[in-house]
Amino acid sequence: MNRPPSWIKRIYIVTVLALLVSGLAQMPIFKRYYVADIPGLGWLAQYYLTHQIHYIAAAVFMALTAYVAVMHLGRWNREMRVTVWGHARNLLVVGIIVTGVLRTLKNMPWVFFGPDLVMIVDWLHLGFVMLLGMLALAVLVAKGKRYVAKA
Amino acid sequence: MSHRNNGKSLGRRGFLKAAAASVAGAASATMLPGTARAASRGEELATLHNLAECIGCGACVDACREENSFKFPEPEKPFPTMYPSRVPVADWSTEEGRAVDDRLTPYNWLYIQTAEVEYEGETYEINIPRRCMHCQNPPCADLCPWGAAGREANGIVRINEKVCLGGSKCKSVCPWKIPERQTGVGLYLDLLPSLAGNGVMYKCDRCHHRIAEGEVPACVDGCPFEVQTIGPREEIVAMAHELAESMNGFIYGETENGGTNTLYVSPVPFELLNEAVETGPGKPHLAQVKDMMGQDENLGYAAMLAPVAGIAGAALTLAGKARKTARKAGDGEEEA
Ligand code: HEM
Ligand code: SF4
Ligand code: SF4
Repeated sequence: MNRPPSWIKRIYIVTVLALLVSGLAQMPIFKRYYVADIPGLGWLAQYYLTHQIHYIAAAVFMALTAYVAVMHLGRWNREMRVTVWGHARNLLVVGIIVTGVLRTLKNMPWVFFGPDLVMIVDWLHLGFVMLLGMLALAVLVAKGKRYVAKA
Repeated sequence: MSHRNNGKSLGRRGFLKAAAASVAGAASATMLPGTARAASRGEELATLHNLAECIGCGACVDACREENSFKFPEPEKPFPTMYPSRVPVADWSTEEGRAVDDRLTPYNWLYIQTAEVEYEGETYEINIPRRCMHCQNPPCADLCPWGAAGREANGIVRINEKVCLGGSKCKSVCPWKIPERQTGVGLYLDLLPSLAGNGVMYKCDRCHHRIAEGEVPACVDGCPFEVQTIGPREEIVAMAHELAESMNGFIYGETENGGTNTLYVSPVPFELLNEAVETGPGKPHLAQVKDMMGQDENLGYAAMLAPVAGIAGAALTLAGKARKTARKAGDGEEEA
């Protein structure tokens, strides 16, 4: 085996798409750019709803990522190794998860972060997301590049 | 500079002047002892409005405008053209716009709502100074996708005018639709002014610059009738309950949206006031509000705990595979 089972990839694609769409919906752009006017897409302009979707997709994303990490440490690392691209992606995923969890924590009534920390965490979340997007495009365009290879 | 166009309040102004003279120098009663210390320790401060005492003279409104005028937007004109064309221009910077004082605007962060109600056989005229409630878990700050709005340790919720892009999401998610937009100012001008952003959102910041100096907000200070008191939240809540009990009255803001730092105490129920006040753009309601951030709390916890499920799943899979391998190895031994 030189890559994780394909069901994992399929869940990842759906989940990251859901995170991207619900994450972009956190910004006031879908209404401005008529996307929310498309019949059936009005929910994209409902901030509380897309916020809930982002949480649900984040739950799936983090559960799957934890599963993959443990499977890799416990077994897959004997059969495959992480490439430079893979390491870059993993770093970004960790960054997105850490900042995402911090943003979630901050929404809890008993948690207080000052305005500066809130701003920095927010910009980092968005920055990591943009870098992940660029990395994914680069890997897609540069044919033959992979995140994992045969050990 | 009277901009209250209602004749009644002009009459009151004369009265106000006389009254103000008689209570001059009593301003300190509006700040509970220990407030400055509590604030410097980063404790949450709240304000109390005794609505039974408010005559709607508007002195607090004037005091607010004067005190905060140095923060008001001075937009560059003409505004950059924004795409698509549906993007609304919000311009309050004209002379008439700046003078509006019967609703919230970027130049008017506090205004007086008036309600005439019948309650238990009596007629009441209740005046309600309205501004941002300074929520304890404010959706405007939590959900700002750009980190421009924040809650400070002393309970002030403030929009950073240097960072805000004016997308107005804070207003959409605010249960009272408090923040107001001015186009043509702020960071968006330096980014992609025609494609993203639309100015800066403005609202009451509870005179954060004065609180930082150990002073009370201008509206608290400017009221000749000491309608408002500011102090550590716990004490203000206790005071509100005492006051409500003494007048057989009602409290608004203690539990609304999960709790705010603006408590109104009124001799008549807020449901009646809510029906009687004029609401609409820039004119917030007085209805009950559920805890907006509270609705998503459980999902948030679920998300943060989800990795545990992933780890457990992987551990079970690995253990299962290990057992299978062991069994295979055992079978092999028996056969040999
Ligand atoms: C590939 C995965 C992800 C993508 C593409 C993504 C994308 C985004 C984007 C574009 C935003 C809006 C901009 C911002 O507020 O910074 C956002 C906000 C947010 N994201 Fe993510 N995100 C991802 C994963 C996560 C994860 C794993 C969590 C963890 C719980 C998370 C939690 C949040 C939260 C809490 C917010 C802000 C909403 C709020 O203010 O409450 N995100 N995300
Ligand atoms: S009243 Fe609205 S603007 Fe003020 S803190 Fe609460 S959510 Fe934010
Ligand atoms: S709170 Fe005080 S200053 Fe403001 S309108 Fe009422 S009486 Fe006048």
